[in-house]
Amino acid sequence: MYGGGNTFEGIKTDSVAQEDPQKLAAFEARIARGEKIEPTDWMPQLYRKQLIRMIEQHAHSEIIGALPEGTWITRAPGFKRKMSLMAKVQDEVGHGQLLYSAAETLGKSREEMIDDLISGKSKYSNIFNYPTFTWADCCFISWLVDAGAIVNQLANAKGSYGPYCRALDRICAEESFHLKYGHHCVIYLAAGSPKQRAMFQEALNRWWPPMMHFFGPSDKISVHTEVLMKWKVKMGTNDDMRNQFLDMYVPKILELGFTIPDPKLKKNPDTGRWDYTEPDWDEFKRVINGDGPCNKERLEVRRIAEERGKWVREALKTSKTAYVTPLA
Amino acid sequence: MNDQALKELLYKLADDLLILGHRNSEWTGMGPLLEEDIAFSSMAQDKIGQSHALFQLLHQLGEQQPDLVAFTRNANQFHNAVLVELPNGEYDFSLVRHFLFDMADSLRWQMLTNSSYEPLAQLAKKIQGELRYHTLHANTWIKQLGNATEESITRLQGSLSKLMPYALGMFEESPMEAALINDGIFKGEQALQAIWKSKVEEVLSATQLAVPDWKILVPVYGGRRGQHSEHLQPMLDEMSEVFRIDPTTEW
Repeated sequence: MYGGGNTFEGIKTDSVAQEDPQKLAAFEARIARGEKIEPTDWMPQLYRKQLIRMIEQHAHSEIIGALPEGTWITRAPGFKRKMSLMAKVQDEVGHGQLLYSAAETLGKSREEMIDDLISGKSKYSNIFNYPTFTWADCCFISWLVDAGAIVNQLANAKGSYGPYCRALDRICAEESFHLKYGHHCVIYLAAGSPKQRAMFQEALNRWWPPMMHFFGPSDKISVHTEVLMKWKVKMGTNDDMRNQFLDMYVPKILELGFTIPDPKLKKNPDTGRWDYTEPDWDEFKRVINGDGPCNKERLEVRRIAEERGKWVREALKTSKTAYVTPLA
Repeated sequence: MNDQALKELLYKLADDLLILGHRNSEWTGMGPLLEEDIAFSSMAQDKIGQSHALFQLLHQLGEQQPDLVAFTRNANQFHNAVLVELPNGEYDFSLVRHFLFDMADSLRWQMLTNSSYEPLAQLAKKIQGELRYHTLHANTWIKQLGNATEESITRLQGSLSKLMPYALGMFEESPMEAALINDGIFKGEQALQAIWKSKVEEVLSATQLAVPDWKILVPVYGGRRGQHSEHLQPMLDEMSEVFRIDPTTEW
């Protein structure tokens, strides 16, 4: 699961001017030809820095994202749901592992990344700072948050950094199962008792604003990302991704008889794009900067897990072990 | 064939796996390293899947649907050993429990591959591959951490002392044990316990952990008869929280 974590922090492009112009031109030509950049290839400092930041934030989103759904594993109703949800959340943790390895190829260790997550220096997807009150909230995440993640990830899988693209290909294959699982859960709520239907409608009302935030600030106010688009670090604008999601999932939500809590939401026949109530970007910024309903809890859980597991990690180190950067 | 004895055996197996599978799943997102998070989740999925298969066998013998049986009984109707219901504690506690339980579980299922009750023998054969990984995982970690740092060795030793009486509780005999043995369904808890002890000793002797003095240990019995610790009912309440909103509907 992933939500445009790279899109809300400004970038400084000054360092690009100091790069060797010949190397830079060759690098850009390779990307323009559709070649992948590999860990030992030359790359501009900004490219490396931005990729580390993006992949790392993606990895954090996976392991923090495991928490709001993970709390429902022990409460999932029935064998089928319990087993599927366990497998689904396990996949997310596995994605975290895969992505930390991809980011490590750029020179930052998993330990450093997790330390930066816990200290608050490094961000993760905003949506996981909201609480899952009911089973239906958990179903919303499995279906629609994962759907949003797939929109982002399919785009990013066509990017330029080899290890990240290969990780994303594997991740997308698993995410498509999550989507089916989540959709299946929601279909059963939709076709179930009035109480079950109401549960999902309430979840939809709660989660729609964070879902609209998920793709990052509107292109009108977001930071300039031309150079990142040229380098195929960022593969589409936030509004493009949001529109793609709405195109694909609004009809599916309506088909199940639910109401989307935005009276302005409709497709504009002239532009072919969706009109909607502008999400509250002040709230988005507040939550990203630590003041959401669950930020403290999420990081605290992660911090405690790290602390409690420290002796295990220490015990794995022997005089013979040495740090090796993974090949991905 | 003694149906009552058979059902009791199936319930015992199914409940152990359901409860420990549930406990293992509580490590999701909380593991000491991502790889262990993933490993405990895999084992949880295997265990819950195996327990589901056993509840299906029970259903074929006239018991209710697996979901109803698993999600609506109270603690005193559960047949699991107290060992598996204890809260996870720290990683050393969960790891030692995993080692002690899975050693017994894999030996039990090896015996059951020869059960005269054919559906059980078939299931036993089918899950051998999964079980091999569970013991491989447990034994590898016990050997690693049991030979590593002072802290890891002390922690493991402490958990072994706490858990061993509960582990012996797994082998509480059924009042109908003789019927199971005579019918060739299961070779019995005593036979199982004897091999288990030697296998546990074998792994521990490859570490700096002390092998337990079996003679002075007092087993914690009762789980097989529905007498549980205070930890089981709250766990079941949590497990059935959504299901009980409407047990007649599909989720």
